[in-house]
Amino acid sequence: MAAPKKRGMQTIVFDNPPCLTSWASIVGPKEGEGPWGNSFDVRLNDNLLGEKTWEKAESKLLQDTVSLALSKRGFEIDDVEVFLAGDLLNQLASANFAARTLNIPFLGLYGACSTMAESLIVGAMILDGGFCERVIAATSSHHYSAERQYRFPVEQGVQRSLTAQWTVTGSGAVVLEKGVLGPKIKSATIGKIVDRGQDDANNMGAAMAPVASDTIKMHHLDLNLQPDYYDLVITGDLGSVGAALVRQLFNRDGLVPKPNYSDCGILIFDEKQDVHAGGSGCGCSAVMLCGPLLAKMQRGELNKLLFVATGALMSPTTTFQGETIPCIAHAVAIENQ
Amino acid sequence: MVPLYMSFFVGGILCLIGQMIMDFTKPKITPGHILVGYITIGAIISGLGLYQPLVDIAGAGATVPLSGFGHLLAQGAIEAADKRGVLGAFSGGVEATAAGITAAIVFGYVAAVLFNPKS
Repeated sequence: MAAPKKRGMQTIVFDNPPCLTSWASIVGPKEGEGPWGNSFDVRLNDNLLGEKTWEKAESKLLQDTVSLALSKRGFEIDDVEVFLAGDLLNQLASANFAARTLNIPFLGLYGACSTMAESLIVGAMILDGGFCERVIAATSSHHYSAERQYRFPVEQGVQRSLTAQWTVTGSGAVVLEKGVLGPKIKSATIGKIVDRGQDDANNMGAAMAPVASDTIKMHHLDLNLQPDYYDLVITGDLGSVGAALVRQLFNRDGLVPKPNYSDCGILIFDEKQDVHAGGSGCGCSAVMLCGPLLAKMQRGELNKLLFVATGALMSPTTTFQGETIPCIAHAVAIENQ
Repeated sequence: MVPLYMSFFVGGILCLIGQMIMDFTKPKITPGHILVGYITIGAIISGLGLYQPLVDIAGAGATVPLSGFGHLLAQGAIEAADKRGVLGAFSGGVEATAAGITAAIVFGYVAAVLFNPKS
């Protein structure tokens, strides 16, 4: 017998949809100058946050975002029972160090740039499963720590290719609670790894486009939804290259691209900011969700949102060994009452 | 003294070739490949006696690019091999390039101590 909350191949629906009761977003200076700069809670003036290293700065960024999301709801740190977080760095350094300071039960999650969706799904499962009453899901990325780990240290001044995306410096955190008012997580589709043989770390949009379209297709199929069911389907960080590809794949799959599709990687920066193919990183989809998107849901401008965070699960070591980039995308359906 | 425009022209052409190799072979050939490749090719061409004529017409335009470093390595090794035999072939290259290597280390270190990289 199929599990009662499972639908189709990859999708789960929640009996008591968990609510997003509070959220916060903090972005770096460049993101703050972008078109949605005013929609974030805090825009930093300094990429280092007064710390000595990019890694320390990223961990502090995550911590500050979590504290801000909690304080908006009037919570103390002990009021949440589990902290779900991840980031791009080896061993989830930023999340681990943030959890060390926050000192609450912690589950580290790695989904590369898909971490916001992954932490929301796990958080929603914990709540709907009746294991906790309140959890916080968060993620962060930092341009300079990520470039150092995945490509070249920025100080080296290596030329960026036109298909390259700019890792967002930013962090988003969402407080999930049982049965309170607010936008709810109705269902979620857990993605499969799709790897179409792309091996260029400077063109992750093209690598991730097939998996984004696959997860979106499975979500609609599993729940038997029409392509225009959602007010907005938003992918995490495909950028201009990936978003162009994903539209072609929508056509192929019969999910005719409606004006209701967009991509956080395209939205977060302006073309004039010279970021090439757009934004990327865990922070990209996280700050767009916890900044403008959830605010629009709260105001009722959006009522049904399909948030599809995409992740390129590459490792610099395996890239040197000639491996291609495995990609993943998770979809979270967030709806107003 | 070589005319300045020849230095610019030859140096520019060498850099253009490197840039085009990177642009047309993306992402297979990286700046690292270009660095090692230019030094190796410079040394080979120099060993065949073909790099010195380029230095004669272009001066710094041929010695400053990485292929010039390869040229210096090869010429140093050849000269020392003439004087000291096989052992010279091993030590001559680094002797000839010692000033450049030391300058890179000293200036690099000083710059790293004095300045912080900008984000």
